[in-house]
Amino acid sequence: MVVGASLAGLRAAERLRKEGFRGELIVMGSEEHLPYDRPPLSKELLKGEREAGDIALRGGAEVDAEWLLGETAAGLDLSARVIRTESGRALSFDGLVIATGSAPRRLPNLDPELPGIFELRTLEHSLELRTHLRRSPHLLVVGCGFIGVEVASTARALGAEVTVVSLDPPLAIAGELISGVCAAMLADHGVNLHIGRTVAEVLGDDRFEGVVLDNGTRIEADLALVAVGAAPVTGWLEGSGLELNNGVLCDSSCAAIGVENVVAAGDVARWPNPVFDSAPMRIEHWTNAVEQGSAAALTLLNGSGPDTVYAPVPSFWSDHFGTRLQSVGLPALADETTVVDGSLEERRFVAACRRDGRLVGAITYGMPRGLLKYRLALARGEPSAPEASLAS
Amino acid sequence: MRIIVDRDLCDLHGQCVLTAPDIFRFDDEGELQYLPEVEGEMAARAESAASVCPTGAIEIKP
Ligand SMILES: Cc1cc2nc3c(=O)[nH]c(=O)nc-3n(C[C@H](O)[C@H](O)[C@H](O)COP(=O)(O)OP(=O)(O)OC[C@H]3O[C@@H](n4cnc5c(N)ncnc54)[C@H](O)[C@@H]3O)c2cc1C
Ligand code: SF4
Repeated sequence: MVVGASLAGLRAAERLRKEGFRGELIVMGSEEHLPYDRPPLSKELLKGEREAGDIALRGGAEVDAEWLLGETAAGLDLSARVIRTESGRALSFDGLVIATGSAPRRLPNLDPELPGIFELRTLEHSLELRTHLRRSPHLLVVGCGFIGVEVASTARALGAEVTVVSLDPPLAIAGELISGVCAAMLADHGVNLHIGRTVAEVLGDDRFEGVVLDNGTRIEADLALVAVGAAPVTGWLEGSGLELNNGVLCDSSCAAIGVENVVAAGDVARWPNPVFDSAPMRIEHWTNAVEQGSAAALTLLNGSGPDTVYAPVPSFWSDHFGTRLQSVGLPALADETTVVDGSLEERRFVAACRRDGRLVGAITYGMPRGLLKYRLALARGEPSAPEASLAS
Repeated sequence: MRIIVDRDLCDLHGQCVLTAPDIFRFDDEGELQYLPEVEGEMAARAESAASVCPTGAIEIKP
């Protein structure tokens, strides 16, 4: 049984079949669709360059599984090995892949139930926001992480006026250097920036009309997008006995701690990645969902052990303002980020990211080739590889 | 196994290069180059590369 019919769930189901699993395979998902790709939701689909039919994930229609779409798991009974669904069904399983991903965090005063306030996680969200963006509105983006920045970029390209309000600087997770470059990009593209601010008050009774910030600034706007990060979807696992702490806690093979035949993968999983230290991590990256879905499936078949340890070098990308940010490793861990190639002024450079002098990642605007040697050094576990030898 | 990259789909992400640098690489012009035929271990790596290509541009055929 796979719960969560998206990227990680699909790649897990595929791997189970590929490894020769012949038993019954059920993939359950809340959404009505076969698995589709989320990155275009803030990029090409939102812009109107691609349509819903263009973003189906490869392999979704081919994998030999029973798809239970539009069905939401509501509870897990580990002793009976049964999943209860919201519609009242009870489905038994021998092995379980948890792949319920993450969902947008909410802010108490910005309720997406109020017309004009949006969040962005699903195809429906993107299509609805797109319809509104076509009317050249004033869009307020609350939060300035990857999704906030990408939507700001897309909305500007569509001719909307865009204002960003954020407590943290742009792409704060990527470090100060990138924040600075991204803030300059936003400003150059005519985005109004209010950094270090929060929304104190929302204007409008039956629809969104604007906000008052914590410093008293009043901003009138037609729409708001709340993009303040995502939280793992584990509500349905409360009380099941699984260890939940910012995700489903797993061992280094992605098996849920303390139970048999349950694995987790993708945005919902937290596991110790031997490439870094022993602190369990949760990674909200597209590539991780692919690789971890596949790895977790193998663990379900073969058990936890040295042969099934999942030790990826994470990689991530984001497209905005006509350029692409790409990273390997985990720049978020760094205490020091140094430009090693290209130029900051041209916004085309590679930077190495270190923590206590130890290489933890590398990040680039526009020079993907420059990441390869860092990715290889991280994979080989050469944490202190000096720049000179890397550059050769 | 044969490797086919659909150049219209490929937008030079380089995920394939990061995953299987012995099969995929960028040349000095920044164009993607790759081995057209691979076997065994390498074929498995080519499949991993295909699965992490964000645009689904890589096809592996027997
Ligand atoms: C707008 C947007 C843009 C992105 N852009 C990028 C990018 O440029 N680069 C990048 O690396 N990553 C990007 N990501 C992140 C990437 O898409 C995610 O990391 C990836 O989708 C994670 O896959 P997943 O399968 O773990 O979870 P999800 O894709 O979140 O899927 C989980 C699925 O489980 C279902 N589900 C949840 N609870 C239940 C339940 N109880 N019962 C049944 N089903 C349930 C959900 O409905 C959902 O379909 C982006 C994400 C978004 C939203
Ligand atoms: S990962 Fe895909 S899009 Fe990127 S360079 Fe390779 S083939 Fe092209």
